[in-house]
Amino acid sequence: MSERDLKGYWKKNLKYLGILLSIWFTVSYGFGILLVPVLNEIQVGGFKLGFWFAQQGSIYTFVILIFVYVYLMNKLDQEFNVQED
Amino acid sequence: MDVQVWTYILVGITFALYIGIAIWAKAASTSDFYVAGAHVNPVVNGMATAADWMSAASFLSMAGLISFMGYDGAVYLMGWTGGYVLLALLLAPYLRKFGKFTIPDFIGDRYYSNFARTIAVICALIVSFTYVAGQMRGVGLVFSKFLEVNIDIGVLIGMAIVFFYAVLGGMKGITYTQVAQYCVLIFAFMVPAFFISFQLTGNPIPQLGFGSELADGSGQYLLEKLDQLHTELGFAAYTSGTKSMQDVFFITAALMIGTAGLPHVIVRFFTVPKVKDARVSVGYALIFIAILYTTAPAIAAFAKYNMMQTVSEQPYEEMPEWFGTWEETALLTWYDKNGDGIITYAPGSAIEGLPDIQRNASGEVIRGDFGEVKVNNAPAEGANELYVDRDIMVLANPEIANLPAWVAGLVAAGGLAAALSTAAGLLLVISTAVSHDLIKKQIKTDISDKAELMWARIAAGGAVVVAGYFGINPPGFVAEVVAIAFGLAAASFFPAIILGIFYKKMNREGAIAGMIAGLLFTLGYVIFFKIAFPEFNTPEFWWFGISPEGIGTLGMILNLLVAFAVGMIFPEPPEDVQDMVESIRYPQ
Repeated sequence: MSERDLKGYWKKNLKYLGILLSIWFTVSYGFGILLVPVLNEIQVGGFKLGFWFAQQGSIYTFVILIFVYVYLMNKLDQEFNVQED
Repeated sequence: MDVQVWTYILVGITFALYIGIAIWAKAASTSDFYVAGAHVNPVVNGMATAADWMSAASFLSMAGLISFMGYDGAVYLMGWTGGYVLLALLLAPYLRKFGKFTIPDFIGDRYYSNFARTIAVICALIVSFTYVAGQMRGVGLVFSKFLEVNIDIGVLIGMAIVFFYAVLGGMKGITYTQVAQYCVLIFAFMVPAFFISFQLTGNPIPQLGFGSELADGSGQYLLEKLDQLHTELGFAAYTSGTKSMQDVFFITAALMIGTAGLPHVIVRFFTVPKVKDARVSVGYALIFIAILYTTAPAIAAFAKYNMMQTVSEQPYEEMPEWFGTWEETALLTWYDKNGDGIITYAPGSAIEGLPDIQRNASGEVIRGDFGEVKVNNAPAEGANELYVDRDIMVLANPEIANLPAWVAGLVAAGGLAAALSTAAGLLLVISTAVSHDLIKKQIKTDISDKAELMWARIAAGGAVVVAGYFGINPPGFVAEVVAIAFGLAAASFFPAIILGIFYKKMNREGAIAGMIAGLLFTLGYVIFFKIAFPEFNTPEFWWFGISPEGIGTLGMILNLLVAFAVGMIFPEPPEDVQDMVESIRYPQ
């Protein structure tokens, strides 16, 4: 594996991190804290939406984010041939 | 059979199981003892991590805390789960590739300095001891409440069990007992939740029941009714909080970052075979944790609703049996301020301080006009007549909801599993910090693997004894110092590790200065408000409105700023260290 290819791998990894962590931040700190007063105007079933994000939705999102990352990185490892045997 | 018999049976069976696993999984080398030989299956590791992470506080206290905090409970729910995203994306895979045994190992090697290693050891010891004292106390509490055993004897029994499997099996023994403990604790947490959710809403899944209509035919949503009950009695609505937005923000951040920086959690990801396994293992861990963490807020709401419906504005004489039982444990107290025999539940304290039950010369409780247990405390200002300990919401839930006796026994076994599994993980961090990071890496570098293993066992044994001592003689500020554990992890470890992986040019001077700055700042702030001057611990004196619980976030920012500023003055790290950083970025 050449130096340049490895740089490409790392850059792509950082790009994934940036996107996924932005979602992480938006859902937990955005929907779960800062925007709660606005989202609470919306009622979904028995939940006010902001309250739901703070006590339920954010946790589901965290689980999904990790598995998306795992999927993306396993693919990236194959693509750049840095996967373990 | 009554609750106590069931508790003896269930606790007995689970303890026998833990001991059996310990004998089966004996550690043969330091690699076994420190990282279970690094061949734990990622799903198994995920389950063990979940038990490792979820402590007596998560199991026994969190739902109760949330039921009295309403929306503000989100700081714990998001704070104690969101850190796993950081762990999976920013820490676990790289530290696994690094492939050593401990966090101080990484800090010491990456910053080519035994001084940095020693600071990391000190942080690991402070964080772990703070935490473990609380776990041992939790073990004692469960014993005393369910089995009427003296609390100190409860702590000693817990110590004996942990001693057995942590000293014998190290990480290998701990991993497999943690898997068993996870199964016990999650079963114990979910069974009452299913029952209660079904009773109240007709939907057995608590996460859905939480947002459903009440089954009483009123057609009202549970949360809507709960908001209504709260506002009628003068409380803030359940779905809105009382903390300021910036404080919620900072506390959540400190807990998330602290979680990602806790050594006993990070080291679990050293036990899987590959980088790929480390990534996915964090995902499994969070699934197993999320089962409890999405159920807890539902239990909180159910329990609060049940409590308010049963108690508020009702005559004391019509209270169910459990009310009297829990009064005698001083977890529940009714002080009839206006002498009308009706329980008034309103904002504010009912009594001054914690309940102190009145007893006659032969030790029997003294009862008032309506048969209530009397206390020595003075009544507090305001209309509220009811004191409720937070922990009761989980402990008494099975009785409040009229569930069979075996369910209450199960809750006791689950609480013990949660406390013991976390205690064991922390003890291991303490023992490796001593035997590996201090003795092997600094004091006696030519020590044989066998001798190091012996030292690890001695250190684990010593740590059990110290933890037990703190469990029996808890320093008055145990509850307060949990803030320190998270704050320190957030302000010291997390930035140093992140910079170590993502910023190749960070040198030892910058990292050391950053860690010390973050550490002293956070410690100073927490000690000032929590221990030295608790009378000033109110929002008007806090910096930027940030409570001591949330200050770790600011400590982390300070750490980063200092690290960059000092790092610029000194030369780059040596070539071989930069190559090492390069190599941990690629799985192969």
